[in-house]
Amino acid sequence: MIYNEPSPLEVKVISQRFTLPNSAAIDTYLATDGYLAVKKALGMTPEAIIDEMKASNLRGRGGAGFPTGMKWSFVPRKTDKPRYIICNSDESEPGTCKDRLLMENDPHQLLEGMMIAGWTVGSNKGYVFIRGEYRYLIDIVDRAIAEAYERGFLGKNVFGSGWDFDIYTHTGAGAYECGEESALLESLEGKRGIPRLKPPFPAVVGAWQSPTLLNNCETFSAVPAILRMGGPAYAELGTPKNGGTRLFCISGHVNKPGVYELPLGFNLLRMIDEVCGGMRNGKKLKAVIPGGSSSPVLKAQECDVPMDFDSMAKLKTMAGSGGVVVLDEDTDIVQLAMRTMKFYQHESCGWCIPCREGTTWLKKILDRFHEGDGRSEDIPLIGELARNMLGRTFCALGDAAAMPTIGFIEKFRDEFEAHLLKTQDPQSPELIVL
Amino acid sequence: MTFSPALEEKFARILTIYPPGRQRSAVVPMLLYAQDEIGHVSQEVIDEIAHRVGIAPMQVDEVIGYYSMLHRKPLGKYHVQVCTNICCLLVGGQSLLEHASKTLGIGNKQVTADGLFSLEEVECMGACSWAPAIQVNYDFHHKVTPERLDRLIEDIRKAQGTKQVS
Repeated sequence: MIYNEPSPLEVKVISQRFTLPNSAAIDTYLATDGYLAVKKALGMTPEAIIDEMKASNLRGRGGAGFPTGMKWSFVPRKTDKPRYIICNSDESEPGTCKDRLLMENDPHQLLEGMMIAGWTVGSNKGYVFIRGEYRYLIDIVDRAIAEAYERGFLGKNVFGSGWDFDIYTHTGAGAYECGEESALLESLEGKRGIPRLKPPFPAVVGAWQSPTLLNNCETFSAVPAILRMGGPAYAELGTPKNGGTRLFCISGHVNKPGVYELPLGFNLLRMIDEVCGGMRNGKKLKAVIPGGSSSPVLKAQECDVPMDFDSMAKLKTMAGSGGVVVLDEDTDIVQLAMRTMKFYQHESCGWCIPCREGTTWLKKILDRFHEGDGRSEDIPLIGELARNMLGRTFCALGDAAAMPTIGFIEKFRDEFEAHLLKTQDPQSPELIVL
Repeated sequence: MTFSPALEEKFARILTIYPPGRQRSAVVPMLLYAQDEIGHVSQEVIDEIAHRVGIAPMQVDEVIGYYSMLHRKPLGKYHVQVCTNICCLLVGGQSLLEHASKTLGIGNKQVTADGLFSLEEVECMGACSWAPAIQVNYDFHHKVTPERLDRLIEDIRKAQGTKQVS
């Protein structure tokens, strides 16, 4: 089911079946072009499929926006080692709730995307890594897998091609860090989800020391449509180098928050005003967190911008995972910065010192600041601590904690200063450091 | 120790889905599914799963400490999880947590005396566009108001009461 009314402005490619009755059933899928793309792929060479993927300008929907076709081309095909396909459905970037809908409403689309990837890189096994909180989705995807086996679409000799492919689900158990691909692999191998040193990248040394293709759930879900419509046609839906559509998860202070499928490059202000029915309670827009909680905030005057990876990068932020958090004029930025850091501190795995210590100290300082015990030197200190974390950790979690903090401090310094003035007690004795 | 027949069947299957010699991969799913049945990850569960996947109990324990959904102590029969991460915070998640605490009479990570409920403040659960959200065990509830939360808890209490009488 869907949890919000669709918008007439949506361009439905990967969400086209969401509103059909029994949309997760294999017969619904087969009646709406289902499994045509994999049949087509089985008649194509891996090179031709990768070319089609490159032409589609599909970029990874998990957050990094890496070109998918290129990622597929990195997996060595001339090797004796088994190769694995892994779907990252460990959706946990705050602001993001799209993979849920893809698995709930169209699990066969995901399976077909994984099959096409499997055929392309010469893999015989795929795993869908689903976050533990999404138990009902594990059941839905398991049912879809069982249906596909019953019809002979999975298992031995897929569609008479002589190629075997199995898919299994694997549950996480609560860890944001496992969304990072190498940490996910550690978790899949039954260990703590600690990131690995890269290179080697998972494409070469991934799950169980073998070449592994890891993509986000939404990325795999876009593959069948790309093969059916052709890479160039899919690319044309978006902007140059940012092909296709994506599921934008809009939350916060709008009238109609929801998940909407829109072309890459859709204007952010139009998203708020036209797709989401404007700001709630007639309030003014203060800012937007454009791509999940890791992405630096945009001030209202920066929001007249196309939502794609390159336009966001130009504004020194990220399109990320598609989680668009809209903030109205009453939003307490200090509280938001504090809560954001509380999250990263909780989720830091502790492997790298800059992240473990940085998030802990930033949380302590932001907590104290928010509680009203702030000092004027805290403001530059928060910025300095965060900048010292950047680029100094094995994985992106350290950056993900530092970047939004720097954004809040730089763009809303006045609010931190006002908070300090408001909460400072003139009676309290000055802190003397000996 | 043995688990229910349904879970034993599930475990037998899970142990076959990973490459040969890589049975350790089953450890996280097995722990979570065992916890669902038993209510928490007991020492007995740790020893049993360690034995089945062929690693030391301490290696299993080390894994448990990492994952926020795995609990060494019993949870309430209904584990109420309230998200207070940013998207929920913006639309009342924090006050919902405080309300839940008042209604249940317990604080964060505590269990009611009758063992029926436990409460936990959790991080983003993937319901941001339909916030504020809670999960009771694995069931999602979207756009939760304090009134709806009270009704939900009341309904569980009532259902529990009838069950005990019958």
